[in-house]
Amino acid sequence: MNLATFIQHILNSLTLGSLYALVAIGYTMVYGILRLINFAHSEIFMLGAYFVFWGITLGHLPWPVAMVLAILVTASLGVLVDQVAYRPLRDAPRISALISSIGVSFFLQNVAIVFFQAIPREVYRPEWLENPMIMGGVRVLPLTLFVPLLSLALMLGLVYIVYKTKTGLGMRAISKDIETSYLMGVPVNRIIAITFGIGSALAAASGIMWALRYPQLQPIMGTIPGFKAFIAAVFGGIGSIQGAVIGGLTLGFIEIMTVAFFPDLAGYRDAFAFILLILILMVKPTGLLGERPEDKV
Amino acid sequence: MQRGRSTLLNFCVIALIGLFLWNAEAHFDGYQIQILNLIAINIILALSLNLIYGFTGLFSLGHAGFMAIGAYVCSILIMTPDQKDMLFILEPAYDWVMNVHTPFLVAVIAGGLVAALFGVVVGFPLLRLGDDYLGIATLGFAEIIRVIANNIPRVTNGALGFKGIPAYANLWWNYAWCLIALFVIVRLLQSNTGNVLKAIRDDETAARAMGVNVFRYKLLSFTVGAFFAGIGGALLASLLTTIDPKMFLFTLTFNVLMIVVAGGLGSLSGSIMAGIGITVLLEWLRIVENPISIGSFELPGIPGMRMVVFSLALIMIILFRREGLMGMRELHWRSLAGLFSRGKA
Repeated sequence: MNLATFIQHILNSLTLGSLYALVAIGYTMVYGILRLINFAHSEIFMLGAYFVFWGITLGHLPWPVAMVLAILVTASLGVLVDQVAYRPLRDAPRISALISSIGVSFFLQNVAIVFFQAIPREVYRPEWLENPMIMGGVRVLPLTLFVPLLSLALMLGLVYIVYKTKTGLGMRAISKDIETSYLMGVPVNRIIAITFGIGSALAAASGIMWALRYPQLQPIMGTIPGFKAFIAAVFGGIGSIQGAVIGGLTLGFIEIMTVAFFPDLAGYRDAFAFILLILILMVKPTGLLGERPEDKV
Repeated sequence: MQRGRSTLLNFCVIALIGLFLWNAEAHFDGYQIQILNLIAINIILALSLNLIYGFTGLFSLGHAGFMAIGAYVCSILIMTPDQKDMLFILEPAYDWVMNVHTPFLVAVIAGGLVAALFGVVVGFPLLRLGDDYLGIATLGFAEIIRVIANNIPRVTNGALGFKGIPAYANLWWNYAWCLIALFVIVRLLQSNTGNVLKAIRDDETAARAMGVNVFRYKLLSFTVGAFFAGIGGALLASLLTTIDPKMFLFTLTFNVLMIVVAGGLGSLSGSIMAGIGITVLLEWLRIVENPISIGSFELPGIPGMRMVVFSLALIMIILFRREGLMGMRELHWRSLAGLFSRGKA
């Protein structure tokens, strides 16, 4: 393997890793606040990609406009899912909301099958993302630079919201102790809704970029990336945004590099993440940066 | 009600079911018999998941994995060497896969035992995890099983799977296994072990404080559940006569979970009733996916609609009737007798 191919592998890992990271942030934020694994998140990811496809083919919108619109629509959908399927279950045992989220996930996926049909669809890619550039002897697809950079910008925006605004302060308060936050006058329900909105927007952005990277749309396209992103969130320590980013990038590197160095294992590619999950849960169940939840008696 | 009378009544019910099956075998058409078979298998699967989740509180999403193991082991054992010779076109099978051949009963039990063995192996590290972590880890296990089945063509014939598996699983086999599963799980839950399992479900910390070896009992429940999931998978393979890795997606676990939740977590009679109801409902919903012709009109079938209705039903149950059909209650002779004698008292 020469240096040029190696650099390409690194760029590919960064691309894949940042896509995982964006989805993982949504999982980790919701889990941090509600202690809920939001299974429907992978379907939000998929719908984001489909909405862009709709905007371009049916609405004849220019690509950036379609992308922004799709992100907004998907974010509202995420809020709606929370209001309809999770909010009535806030006081129920935690597993009820989890089962509800599995139901929502299957519902959205099959609604997508009904509306968009199960056949894979081709995605339009703007030309400026497709023409390879030669940089110092390395062939670089602009896409593999565009995805990590846009992801980085989105993550910085998120960090600003979480650590510099009042809403973010509310999020951090709720994730520490939801009861006390109520008492202190934090508008808990509004902040949970905003959290779902932000998480879904990031998932939509990731889904759209995923569809640019692997230009095919299918109603089941969210399932596997969704699982892997969740695993990335667990790996990094669920509840921690930095952890989700580290977890996503790690998973991206492991997948690309293992297949690059051991092509024989390519068939097992989808199993890597799950093996990593079982290993991390056995060795350090709280993940890299997670805090130990106390066992209340 | 005395114990002897209960037993007598139980035997009466079994005899009635037997009579019904005998009648069904003679007069029902193939499709109806297929549905009856599916009901039996779904009940086995629901009972086993209810033991793991409803009675022990272990949120396991790995059922499809155990079913896949049972299905593959059983299929390899009941297909003749000649059949396998024709099947393995990608890569030749290993000699031991090629030559092994056993009767159906042995094959089904072997399927269950191998699944139970996997239950012990994965349960050992995973059962120490908390509820939703356990769910996602067992889901991971099921996915790993599927990926492995795809990638060892010399054992599983890869993505092509098996076709023409001998169709031994008739009504009698399926309902006999259904009764065995019910009997074993009822006896287990009525014993002291059952009380310990419920104690773990209700309050693990308290159970541990009472000196219960929580982990051992969890492992026991998980392994018995895995065994019957393997049995269910084995019967399903022989009933459908074809299997491939794609069959054992998460959807399969979802269907079983749906039955258990609808029937009531912690109610075996609920699982049985929901098993019957949902199997029939799922078949009935196929109508919306097939083209319907009204007079000269033809409404096109809508693929995916069945699962839309189905998942919506699950959300509704969780939102509006979280305890399911039966909650944690059981239907037994005493409660039935109470129902009839209430007027007199």
